[in-house]
Amino acid sequence: MRRFFGVTVLAAVCLAFAGALMITVWHISGTQAPVDLPGLLAENLEASGVEHPITAVLLNFRSYDTLLEIGVLVIAGIAGISMAKTTSLEDPLLRTSDSLLYALQRWFVPLMLVLAGYLLWAGSDRPGGAFQAGAVLAASGVMMRLGGIPMEFLRPGVLLRLGLALGFSVFLLVAVASAMAGDAFLAYPEAFNKPLILVIETVLTFSIAMVLLALFVSAPVNGAEEPEEGERG
Amino acid sequence: MTSALLYAFAGVALCGIGLFGFLRLQHLLRKLMAFNLIGSGVFLIMVGLAQRNGQPDPVPQALVLTGIVVAIAATALAVVLIRRYYHLSGQTTLAEPARENARPKARAVNREGAPE
Repeated sequence: MRRFFGVTVLAAVCLAFAGALMITVWHISGTQAPVDLPGLLAENLEASGVEHPITAVLLNFRSYDTLLEIGVLVIAGIAGISMAKTTSLEDPLLRTSDSLLYALQRWFVPLMLVLAGYLLWAGSDRPGGAFQAGAVLAASGVMMRLGGIPMEFLRPGVLLRLGLALGFSVFLLVAVASAMAGDAFLAYPEAFNKPLILVIETVLTFSIAMVLLALFVSAPVNGAEEPEEGERG
Repeated sequence: MTSALLYAFAGVALCGIGLFGFLRLQHLLRKLMAFNLIGSGVFLIMVGLAQRNGQPDPVPQALVLTGIVVAIAATALAVVLIRRYYHLSGQTTLAEPARENARPKARAVNREGAPE
């Protein structure tokens, strides 16, 4: 009885929350936005160096957010690695000898690498960009790892740390360099807009893939004799 | 009532369901999933509200894209933490070990030998 009462109260609280949120959304949708952001963006798209508005926002107009974001990712990756035991970063027990996976891998890994490269390049004038490319790259890394392809660089060491920090440090370097040159923090010089964005996107792709892959790899904790969940009881 | 507003209201519903699950569920992984549901609801509200003039607004979309990537990384980190917690305590909830549901702990200790 008491349990039922608790659930009812909880449901009522959640319904009230959703109702208040709904009223707010309805209210916001009725008011006109004070600034015309899409119009502002369309006017300045020429100066950004890329043709796609979302990429322009991410890498130029609001690049501060992206810089902080990759910072958060690097911190998450480092925290994830430090949670794992050193041995678990390359654990032979987790390798599978499934022949179907091997066969699939031979087809999919090159295809996914090409797709990641395409997505990275497509970001300049259509949907795509560093995040999507990084996700695809990380997915192909996950697949390679599940199939047991040895990936030495995932051991906690210089290579892993370099890979994790590369995106953030290059981004920060560009930002500080433009500030040093007398411009604003993160304001790219006019002439180098496109090349700079391309360089930053490339290292970002690499680092995002590295962070996601490191987090995936560091998830199993099996220094002891604990079996993986779902394998053996 | 436009279709864009429908997305925002779907996001509101997701937020409510996620909040209920987050408060109600005991298992840490389920809590994490419920929390992610709240996050997805927020993303849906932002994207849905921003395209109310018929034209999608790239600025909130870019912010949501940033948010999705951060959410993925945070979720992965939370999974790592939960697994570490399970490994150390043998529990999947944050309940007090002295209560009735301390049974999983005993099993985990048997399996691992001495707890760390």
